[in-house]
Formats: sequence, C-alpha cells, structure tokens
Amino acid sequence: MSHEPLDAAPAETPRRDAHDAAVDALESSAPAGGSDHERRHREATPEEDALQDAGAVTVLRRGVAATPELREGLLLTGLLAILTAAGKLAVPILIQQTLDRGVLGDRGYRAGFVAVACAGTALLTIVLYALNRGTFRRLVRAAEASLLGLRLRTFSHIHRLSIAEHVDHRRGALVARVTSDVETLAQFTEWGAVAWIVDSTLLVATLAVMAVYSWQLTLVAMAVFVPLLPLLRALQRRQLAAYDDVRNAVGGTLSEVSELVSGAPVVLAYGLEGRARRRLDAAIDKQYRAHLRGAKWFSIMFPLADLFGAVALAAVVAAGAINGEAWGLGFGELVAFLFLVNLLLTPISQLTEILDQTQTAIAGWRKILGVLATPVDVEEPVDGASLPQGPLAVDLEGVRFAYREGGEVLRGLDLHLPAGCTVAVVGETGSGKTTIAKLLCRLADPTAGVVRVGGVDLREVAPESRHARIRMVPQDGFLFDAPLADNVRMGRVDATDTDVDAAFASLGLSGWVDDLPGGIHASVGERGGNLSVGERQLVALARAQLGDPGLLILDEATSSVDPETEQALANALDRLATGRTVVSIAHRLSTAERADVVVVVDAGEIVEHGPHAELLGRGGVYSGLFESWLGNTRAG
Amino acid sequence: MPRGPQEQRLLRRGFALLWLSVKTQRTPFILSVSGAALFAVMAVGGTVVLGRITDEVLEPAFQGGADRGAVAVGAGALVGASLLRMVGVVLRRYFGQMAQRRMQVHWFTRVTDRYLRVPLRWFEEHPAGELLAHADADCERSTMAMQPLPFSLGVLVLIVVATVQLAVVDPVLMLVGLALFPSLAIINSAYTRRVERPAAAAQARVGDVSSVTHESFEAALVVKTLGLDGRERERLRCAAEGLRQARVEVGNLRASFEPALDALPNLGTIVLLWVGAWRLSTGAVTTGELVQAMALFGILAFPFRIVGFLLEELPRAVVAHDRIAGVLRAPDRVRPAEPRPLPPGPVEVELDDVTFAYGHDIVLEGLAARVAPGEVVALVGSTGSGKSSVCSLLAHLVDPTAGEVRLSGVPLSELDPDALHRATALVFQETFLFGDSVRENLTLGSPIGDDEVWAALDVARARPFVERLPHGLDEVIGERGVTLSGGQRQRLALARALLRRPQLLLLDDATSAVDARVEQAILARLRGRTEATTLIVAHRVSTIALADRVLLLEDGRIVADGTHRSLLQVPAYAALVRAYEQDAA
Repeated sequence: MSHEPLDAAPAETPRRDAHDAAVDALESSAPAGGSDHERRHREATPEEDALQDAGAVTVLRRGVAATPELREGLLLTGLLAILTAAGKLAVPILIQQTLDRGVLGDRGYRAGFVAVACAGTALLTIVLYALNRGTFRRLVRAAEASLLGLRLRTFSHIHRLSIAEHVDHRRGALVARVTSDVETLAQFTEWGAVAWIVDSTLLVATLAVMAVYSWQLTLVAMAVFVPLLPLLRALQRRQLAAYDDVRNAVGGTLSEVSELVSGAPVVLAYGLEGRARRRLDAAIDKQYRAHLRGAKWFSIMFPLADLFGAVALAAVVAAGAINGEAWGLGFGELVAFLFLVNLLLTPISQLTEILDQTQTAIAGWRKILGVLATPVDVEEPVDGASLPQGPLAVDLEGVRFAYREGGEVLRGLDLHLPAGCTVAVVGETGSGKTTIAKLLCRLADPTAGVVRVGGVDLREVAPESRHARIRMVPQDGFLFDAPLADNVRMGRVDATDTDVDAAFASLGLSGWVDDLPGGIHASVGERGGNLSVGERQLVALARAQLGDPGLLILDEATSSVDPETEQALANALDRLATGRTVVSIAHRLSTAERADVVVVVDAGEIVEHGPHAELLGRGGVYSGLFESWLGNTRAG
Repeated sequence: MPRGPQEQRLLRRGFALLWLSVKTQRTPFILSVSGAALFAVMAVGGTVVLGRITDEVLEPAFQGGADRGAVAVGAGALVGASLLRMVGVVLRRYFGQMAQRRMQVHWFTRVTDRYLRVPLRWFEEHPAGELLAHADADCERSTMAMQPLPFSLGVLVLIVVATVQLAVVDPVLMLVGLALFPSLAIINSAYTRRVERPAAAAQARVGDVSSVTHESFEAALVVKTLGLDGRERERLRCAAEGLRQARVEVGNLRASFEPALDALPNLGTIVLLWVGAWRLSTGAVTTGELVQAMALFGILAFPFRIVGFLLEELPRAVVAHDRIAGVLRAPDRVRPAEPRPLPPGPVEVELDDVTFAYGHDIVLEGLAARVAPGEVVALVGSTGSGKSSVCSLLAHLVDPTAGEVRLSGVPLSELDPDALHRATALVFQETFLFGDSVRENLTLGSPIGDDEVWAALDVARARPFVERLPHGLDEVIGERGVTLSGGQRQRLALARALLRRPQLLLLDDATSAVDARVEQAILARLRGRTEATTLIVAHRVSTIALADRVLLLEDGRIVADGTHRSLLQVPAYAALVRAYEQDAA
C-alpha cells in the first residue's frame, strides 16, 4: 500500500542504456558515433533544422496533431486515469477510519464497522483494479495505433522526398525517422502522457486529503518536499549528460570494432594489430569510465527521494506529536498521515522520470515532424494525362535545373529527339548528363522550362502512365531480397511466371537465366548481392521489357563489367531498343558510336548534337573526347 | 512454476554463467550484495521505527503530551534508517554497475582479441553486422543479468527478515503475510513467463520493420522510377502491423498484471487491518505493531519484480554468451614456429604449383610463376580467373591449399609475419580508409614526416585535392568526415602503400576508379620512384602495356606469359584486350 516502491522499476533495469545506444548507432549509418550535429555531413533538412529551435510546447502540439489516433477516446481514458489515481487514497483513509472509529474510538472495538469498512475497501480495490486494467488497455491500443499511423505516414512521405535526399549518408537518418525515432514516442504515448494526469491527480488528491486532516501538517510536509523537485531535476540533467557521454563512448567503440571488421584485409596485410588493439583498449576504457560516471548519478537519484520522504515523515511526526492535539488532529488521522506522506513520494519521484520521457518524445517528434515538413519535390497532377502509345519523342524547352542547395546544373537546354531514335548523352563527370536522365523520368522537375515526352508536359502526366511508359535502367539496379521473378515483376505487377520467362527470352537471356540455380526462382540475395553489377542490369532490362515502355533511359555502369555479361547486355539492349526511344547516359565510346544521335553536354549546356560521324568530322568537343578515348584504349 | 526441461537447462546454464561472472568480479560484487542486504535490513528497520514511533511517541502524545526527547529520538531514527538505506542503494547500484561493466570489458576485450588473431577467411564467412553485434550487444547482454542479481539476493534477506519480524510481532499477522508472499511470487512468475514470448516476438518485429525500411529506402531510385511506393507502403504496413499486434499483446498482459501487483499488497493490508483491528482490541498487538506490519506489506510488492527481471534476463544472457563462446572458439592464424627474416632489397616472387580453393570452388590450380626482383608484371584475366587470389596469397592473407609461395626463396609459411608486413604493400580495389585524419590514414601511426607524406601524395597524384581540403592532412575522412570519391580514396591508399617503402608492391585493380590519363601518370611516376617488385592487376590496356611482362590467367592457370606486344598473337589475350577496349571510363 502506501509504501510505494522506494526504488522504481525502470531504474533497476537500465534498458535504455548502452544497448539501445548501440542499436541506435547501428541503425543510423553503421559505424556511427557522436550526436547528429557533430557530423559534418548534412544530416538534417533545413526544415528539420528549423524545428530544432521550436519550443517544446509547439512541438508537442504539432506532434499530437500529426498523430490523430492518439486523441481518440483520450477523454475517457483520462477520466479513468483520474479515478484510479484517486482510488489509491482508499487504504490510508481506511486505516484512519478503522483506528479512530473502529478500535480506539469512544465506543471501543466495533467488529461490524471494521468488517464492513474493510470489505467495502477490498471491493473498491477490486473495482479499481478493473478500471486500471481498462485504462492501460485503452492506452496501449491508442498508442500503438498512433505509432503505426505515424510510421506509415513518415515512411510514405520519405519516399516522396527528392531523390537527392536519398543519398547514402542520409539513409541511416531517414531509416531512424521511421524506426528508432518513432520508438522514442512509444514510452511516452503508452504511459508518459497519462502519467502526467495520474501523478498530478494523485499529488493533488493526497494533499487535499492531508489538508482535510490538518492543513498545518500538510504545510510542514510540503515545505520539506519543495526543494526535492528542483534537486531531482538538477541531478537528472547530470544523469542525462552522463548518458550522452555513454552514447558517444559506445559509438566510439563501435566505430573501432567496425573499422577492425570491415578493414580486416588492410589490418592484416599491413600488420596493424598492435595499433588496433591500442585504439580498442582506449575506446573500451573510455566506455567503461562513461558507464561508471553515469552509475554515480544514477545511484544517488533514487535514494534521494527516500531520504526526503524520511525527513518529511520525521517532521510530520515531530510536529504532529507536539502540536497534534492543539491542531485538532486525531490519533488515527496522524497515523494515516504517515502513510499519506509516503504516498506523496511516488508522484514526486515519478515526475522527473515523466519529464525525461516527455523530453525524449519531444526530441523524437521534432525529428519526425522535420521530415514531414520537408516539401516533396514532385507534386503529382490531380487528373493526369496519359502518354501516347508507341515510341515517345522527347522535347526539352529552355530547361534549367538547380538543386535545393548548390548552383545551377543545367543552364537552358533546348533539344528535340524524335520518337524511336537511340541517343547517347556524353560529357564529363559533373557536366549534368545524369541530371537530364533524372528530369526525363521526373525524379525532379526543372527549375525553369518544360520537359515534354510524347508531346505532353511531364508535370501533367498521370504517375501510373509515367511509370509504365518511361523506364529508367539505373547504373546499379537495386534488387530486393526476393526471388528473381518477383524482382522482374516489379516492372508489371500482374505479370505471370510465363510473362517473366518471355521477357527474358525476348531479350535473349534465357540461357543466362537457366544457368542460375533455380532459374527465375533463384534467390538474388540482399541488395541482389548474389548477382554481379552487370547481371543486375540484365534484371533491370527484363523489368523494363515487361513494362513495354515507349521511352527507355539507360544510365550505363561506369565500373567494368566482365566481357561475357557485357556482350549479353549489349545484345539485350539492342533487342529492347527496337521500336522505342532510348536515351543512354554513355560512358563507353561503343555506345556513342552505335547511337543515332550523340548529345554532348558540357557545364550544363548542350554544346553539340548530331550523328557520331558528323560530329567527328566537325572537330569539336566530341571529336576531342573521342580521340582521348581512343588514345586510352589503343595505347598498346 | 513448472518449466520445460529445456528452459530449466537454460536457467541452470544461466546460473552457471552468473557464478562465473561473480567469481571474476568478486570484490565489487560482494560490496554490491552487502549494499543490497543493508538496504533490505534497513527497509524492515524503517517499518520497525515507524511502529515504535506510533507506540512511544504518537500515542503518548495524545494521552497527555509528547516527550520531546522521545520525539527527537524517533525523528532521528527515521532519518538515520533512511540514510543507511541510501548507503545501501548507492553501494548496490554503483558496485553492481562496476561488476557488470568490468565483466563486459572482459568479454569485449576477449572477443576483439580473437578478431585480431583469426585468419582473413573467417571474416569473409561472417557478416560484419554480426561481428559488430558480438562485440557490442552480446557482451553487454551476457552480463546484464548481473545487475538485478545483488538486489535479488537482497530480496531473500528482505523476505526472511520481514517474516521473522512479523513472527515477533504476532504469529496471526505472520500467517496473513505468509499467504501474501507466495501469491505475489506466483503472480510475478506467471507474468514473467507469459510476457516472454510476445515480448520476444515484438523484438523480432522491430527488426522486421527496420530491415523493410532500410531496404526500401536503399531502393529509393527503383521505387520512384517504377512507382512502387504503394507496394512498399503495404510491405511496411505488414511488418509494422505485426509489431503493433505483438506490442498490444504485451501491453494487455501488462495491463492485467501490473495493476494486480499493485492491488494485491493493498488487499493484504486490508486483511491485515481487519485481523489486526481484532488483535488490537484483544490487546494481542499494539497499534504500533499493526502500523509496522502494514508498512511492511507496502515495501514487499516491488522486490518480487526484481527476481522476475533476473529470471527474464538469464536465458538472454546465456544465448548471448553462446554467441561469444562461438567467436572465442574461432581458429588462430598459423604462425611459423621459427620465423625467418626476409633478405633486403626487391623480392623475388615464386609461386610453385599453387592450388587455392574457396571451399569446393577451386580458384587456382597448379599455378606456377616467377617474378624477378624489381620486375613490373601485369596480371591479366577475365573476372573470376583468380587474379585477386594471387595477390592475397602473396600478402599471405590466405594460405594455398597445395603448393608453396616463396618470397626471395623463403616459403611464406616460414617467413616472419612482421617482416612480411613491413616488406609488402597490397592495395585493393575496394579501398578501406579509417575514419581518421588523412595523415593518420597514410602513416598508420608510424612516425613519418610531412615532407615524406606530401612526396608520396605527389606520386599518387593526390596532392591537389588534399591541399584543397580545409584542414589538409588533418582533415577527418570517412563516415564522420568529408566524403571522398572512389578515385580519391584509391589515390590515398596508393600513397599509403608507397610510404611503407615496400619491397613488394601488389596493386589489385588499385587505380580502377582513377581517370585513365591520371592512372598512366601515376604508374609512370611510380616506376621511377620505387625499386619494388610490382604486380599489377589491371583492366586498361594502356596500364597493362606499361608492365615489363604480362601473365595471362585463365581458369586458375597461367596460359600465356610475355610482353604485351608478343601476347597479342595469343587469341585468348587478343579477345580479352578487345573486350577491355570497349570499356573506356
């Protein structure tokens, strides 16, 4: 009863300790460490940065607004919570009543009164148990529904963000928004939010009952407790700082281990074991010290509440014994007071913990809201047009493009590519040729000008039509950890195994597929790791073939592909190109040689375009590029 | 509670593991348990004080005035008992942490020691994420049960002392207590057991959500271009819905049990009050003794949870420890019994009938080759012909399945590993740079002057971009620093190799991401700067042509050997060169 656990449960099992820190670190880009703002990489969007400065209340309000599931039925849950909190006062009151009126009163021992009072309170305890259980269940249901909703909304929003946000070093942070950041809200939504209600109710109700018995003694007890709250807050801040140190130290050891593991060939080849051991030992020692520093604060915080409770009790005993009768206090009331003082301890020591949880939740919400506030690059049209059948012509009209941060990449391109032609876009790294590919499949919209495909402004094309009729084969086609056939089927969801077979056959790849263990049901492994880069491109071509696109955008792999696969790729591509417009971002001169039209891009502008032979004869940029290619490859 | 034989075995092994940990960390553990015992005794002591105060301070106060001396003693005793509890808690927590963290350091050090001794192949057989988890999460998990242990032992003390105290007060009240303790224990144990499965399921679902999210964001380009966002959302919904259900199940169990664990001591107190009022009226107990008994019930509810935590943690600790034990069983790299030194100067390389296999996959078969000291040889062959394996063999990262590799006449199996590391420099295609400053990445901790570092950067054509870095040689690169391009990384790795002044330089496709013209310049300068015997794996014809001699590798054997020009007569070589010509970066 009144003696609530002097040592609260969450403290004893520090689950949010180093282990979670390690998990966080792992989740946010493998060997991590340090807090987000320590990294020099841009980890946050400007919108996220803006939210860093928003006040806690603003974030909380916007956070709750972003999770409508949380508010559902909150009123009733809150009401139930208040009832159960008030119910905790039943037993101390029973003690007082029994002592004053049942045993020690003027009428002596009243067995009937005691039995009825005890039975009544027991019944109340059982009813309160049921209410408490109901409150908990409602909370869990609402909290988990809201987390699910928030997770899905954040996930979908992130998928709609610009492709520029999906860079390697941002990925860990984006994954964290959907995983660990949502998890930080779990404790708060399941318990913290309502604990505010419960604990304040309990605090107020206890003080009220105490005041009914004796307002003077209540003031004595309160006077003792007043300094406890700020003291606990101060200690908690120290503890949180120590906890930050632990996180950083764990991040440090993790990077050391990670370097040892992923750098094993270098460590072994260069005999760096001694160096690795020294660095590891230093990191491990740092982590151990951080843990112990944290343990120091952690050890003192909880007994402190106990100590204040004892002092309050001593003060109440002294004041009550000396002045009790003068203040009109009964003996039973004074005894009940002893239990009530202890009842005060729980909400007071819990409030610091709830504050901590609330802060964690606010930090999580801040990050999630930041991502949700980041505008999407490409707004889809409401009633989009369809692209025409057959091969699609491409028109660029005064197209300019600049990334959200950084200078202009394309500076006014005008180009007409007739339907059904094959085009090679060449240029040096950074010339803007990859950006052209992005604009053609609307991974981004031009900052000025219009991209027309099949005569339609790409911004007015319905997404379904665009996805079906325009296909991009990226440099390294990402494969999902699923059977080969499922990966190909992403090109057309309703395709059967026969369709998949046919797609491979029409590209002349049946032989390759048959050689795979399991044929089209072969497992491609994580990220398609069971296949080589070239083979992954073959799969991407089959995906495209299945969709029957009118415009194909091919980003050639820069890394070398083994000759056999190279041959298969060229072959498959020839077949795929038949009757389609093909735009290749070319890294190989053979591709440029074979194309109907070569487009030369330099510093964001089209400097030459025309057939290979014609451009060679002109003796301009392209012939220079071509010469250097030849020089490099035929230098024997 | 009945438990299956497997669970029982797991628990037994858990206790064995705890015993081992306790023995290793004896001093902090004993201090921690002493603290727990002190806390237990003083928790009961506090209730005794409360009872005595009721009888000797409060009751007299209402019957004719308080004795100020007694008030002072009572108040002092309350605070004193609390201070002693505080000492107990601080001792228990601080030294409990110390014992656990020291044990974690113990395992951490042993695991990483093993990582430093295993052969390279062992790393290839184990995913990096797994190895990371062994060192970090597993070492922590396997020691976690040490934290609730001192308190659990303290709980035993608490129950014994509390029962004795109740018996001293009144045997009838003790009987109420004896009914309450076991029911608390039973409810706790039932809760622990029932929540175990859904809690584990929830944990697994967290992993699902995380991997779906990760894969999906990694595939962002494909998702966008194929319009797969709806499908991806469905995939996440499946995983997240599974997580939600598991969480709700855990939450519902908690909703049933936690309020029960709150309510039960309350019910006990009510029964105590009912019986106690009668005992009080007959004079069998005093008011103070009744107050003491009720206060005692109040402090009993929670400690039972601690035993639950311990039992929850134990099986996890065993599983984590099993994984650690798996790492510790990993084999050592073989070191020669009597290591021989390597003669100075450029080395002579001999591969004598070397066969090398990955499992059943034979990569090299009866390969024989010789490279004269100071010679520059290009190794050419299609993907999978075994070029990289030759490099790994020469750096003694792997051992041949049959045959012998000799450097300057010394078989690698007899060569002093330290001498080998000093003499050879292997540069990989996949460059590995440490998350550290440029300088540290180049010198690897050796005392090398900046002039020398810059000279090496010059040869590797890395000076211009390093100079442009805001902090030059002190710039931190990698995950937490600036990102370098593949070509820049390769050039740094090359400079790192040159700084070691190797006698044997192995370039395994080490300049593949460097612009062709820059590569030529680098290799030309390299030839002027080093006397080292050099083996180059390359794909560009221009690079191959720079070598003194070319070895053509096919299906694990050398099928042609000669200068680039003379080999052009060999059809297989000519075909390969044509394929490379198609490929211009």
